[in-house]
Amino acid sequence: MIPLNDYLIVSAILFALGATGVFLRRNLITILLSIEIMLNAVNLTFVAFGRYAADVNGQIIVFFVMTVAAAEAAVGLALVIALFRNRESLNPDAFTSLKW
Amino acid sequence: MAETFAFYLFSGLAILASALVIGQRNPMYSVLLLVASFGAMAGLFIQLDAPFVAVALMIVYAGAIMVLFLFVVMLLNAPQEDALQYDRTHPFRHPVLMRFGALLAAILVVQLAYALLRAPDLRVPVAGRADASVVGSVAELGRVLFDRHVFAFEATSILILVAMVGAVVLARRESGPQ
Amino acid sequence: MTRMTLTFAIELLIIFITFFMLINASAVLVLAERKIMGFMQQRYGPYLVGPHGLLQPLADILKLLMKEELRPKGADKWLFTLAPILSVTAAFAAFSTVPWGAETTLFGLLDRPVKLGVTDVNVGILVIFAITSMGVYGIVLAGWSSNSKYSLFGGLRASAQMISYELSYATSLAAVIVLAGTLSVREVVDSQAGTWFGFIQHWWIFLQPVGFIVYAIAGVAETNRAPFDFPEAEQELVAGYNTEYSSVRFALFPQAEYINMATMSAVATDLYLGGWHGLLPFYTPIDPLIEQYGLGWLVFLAKVGGFLFFYIWMRWTLPRYRYDQLMHFGWKFLLPLSVINLLLTAAGVLYFNG
Repeated sequence: MIPLNDYLIVSAILFALGATGVFLRRNLITILLSIEIMLNAVNLTFVAFGRYAADVNGQIIVFFVMTVAAAEAAVGLALVIALFRNRESLNPDAFTSLKW
Repeated sequence: MAETFAFYLFSGLAILASALVIGQRNPMYSVLLLVASFGAMAGLFIQLDAPFVAVALMIVYAGAIMVLFLFVVMLLNAPQEDALQYDRTHPFRHPVLMRFGALLAAILVVQLAYALLRAPDLRVPVAGRADASVVGSVAELGRVLFDRHVFAFEATSILILVAMVGAVVLARRESGPQ
Repeated sequence: MTRMTLTFAIELLIIFITFFMLINASAVLVLAERKIMGFMQQRYGPYLVGPHGLLQPLADILKLLMKEELRPKGADKWLFTLAPILSVTAAFAAFSTVPWGAETTLFGLLDRPVKLGVTDVNVGILVIFAITSMGVYGIVLAGWSSNSKYSLFGGLRASAQMISYELSYATSLAAVIVLAGTLSVREVVDSQAGTWFGFIQHWWIFLQPVGFIVYAIAGVAETNRAPFDFPEAEQELVAGYNTEYSSVRFALFPQAEYINMATMSAVATDLYLGGWHGLLPFYTPIDPLIEQYGLGWLVFLAKVGGFLFFYIWMRWTLPRYRYDQLMHFGWKFLLPLSVINLLLTAAGVLYFNG
């Protein structure tokens, strides 16, 4: 029998890894991938709590999170393509024209 | 016994693959490692008596979204992560940034673990309260999804339509005489 | 050896037999394709090696194994080798939830009946679909990692084609799921036992003719077979995504393709043609005898063989689709057709079952 603790700790570690990726990486695609890691960690938390409370709503929220992640990945990648066409670089530090 | 082994195997794979995702220079490798991480997460979901969510994760995330990422990486011919002129070192080798970033990540893990584990009655088996029949049944999932959450379901279908149109418009080449 | 461990050993043996039969299927299909192609073109196929050319696959495999293992200079070291491994692993794993026979106790030898098939999960159809989606990665990585123009185009086209036709494939399967009321493949097969009016078999193809045709077409497109084999067209793209491959790495790609064919045929047989229930579309006195003596797996093999013959027949009869015609057909004709099929099926089930 695996305690609920362990699932939550795994989810916390994955979330922290995703957040680290978003902040430290200088490549737009890797940043988007780190966002997906974070969303997945949250999925794990939802399903773990849903299983513990014997509630099927945990899985239903995961459904919606997956859908929103798909939509956000599609639009995010379209933006990345448009940005790359403009500046020929995937480094977020290259897009500084709105900086003061 | 086998359950514990499976749990440690899948969670270890997921954490290792995710750590490698954020540490790779080549975005192609990052995408494939994330697919491996999703596979391990699907294993964890199956252990939590959520087979439909596990399979949906593989179909939607690993089978469609990651292929989209792969296409974009290939079409953009995304280079190895290049630093700008004034920042020649890779961020993970930049000593101050790396140490500070790792420290912040560790603090985040400790905070999350503390917040999630504060309640004393969470040290219980995850499958302790009830048996799996009500949670693992796909028919029950469908019934609740289309009964209580039908509005959210329809709203997400409109969301996907909007995202599809938006993605096509955003990625279109500038055409026309101007 | 107690009866308990004998059952366990028999279950392991069944898994091994499934794996072995899949490998043999790809070898037999190599020969079958060339022989049938030959007879359709009014000539003998290969007939020198062994009696009537039956040992030709052995010669082919030996030749491929003894070739030189090449790797282009600019090819990505890991991905170049990973791509065929991914392809063939996904092909084998997709067969894991496909049952190929009824339960059997080996004439009372075992203490509980053992199911003929690797495993049976309650979301079996979705598992097949998920692992088939993983097969896209093998092709797209093969195209990318070869560091060559032709390979890249072939890989991109193949993966775009596979993703487009996956939708029609899944939606036509969803219609059968609505009819059968379950996601487990073994239960869908068992829902096709019996007959209507005493002489027509209870197969879902009779209620889903359009769905079956959509599934067959989408299955052919999924496995990159003619007339949808533009990505590996010999005349246009050299060899598409497997241009730069040789020897063992190359041999794994056609093997993955043939095993995907076998999986599609097996799933079509299980979901539409009744699996191991009923030999012919109408009731014959042999059917209860088959159930009694546990020979359902022979019926299954016969049906899968017929479906594979249909695959091979299509390849050597129809001309190839051009790529934009292929995408147009998949998105603008096949997908709306399968969605309408699903709608009508769901409406019918709701109306007739209250």
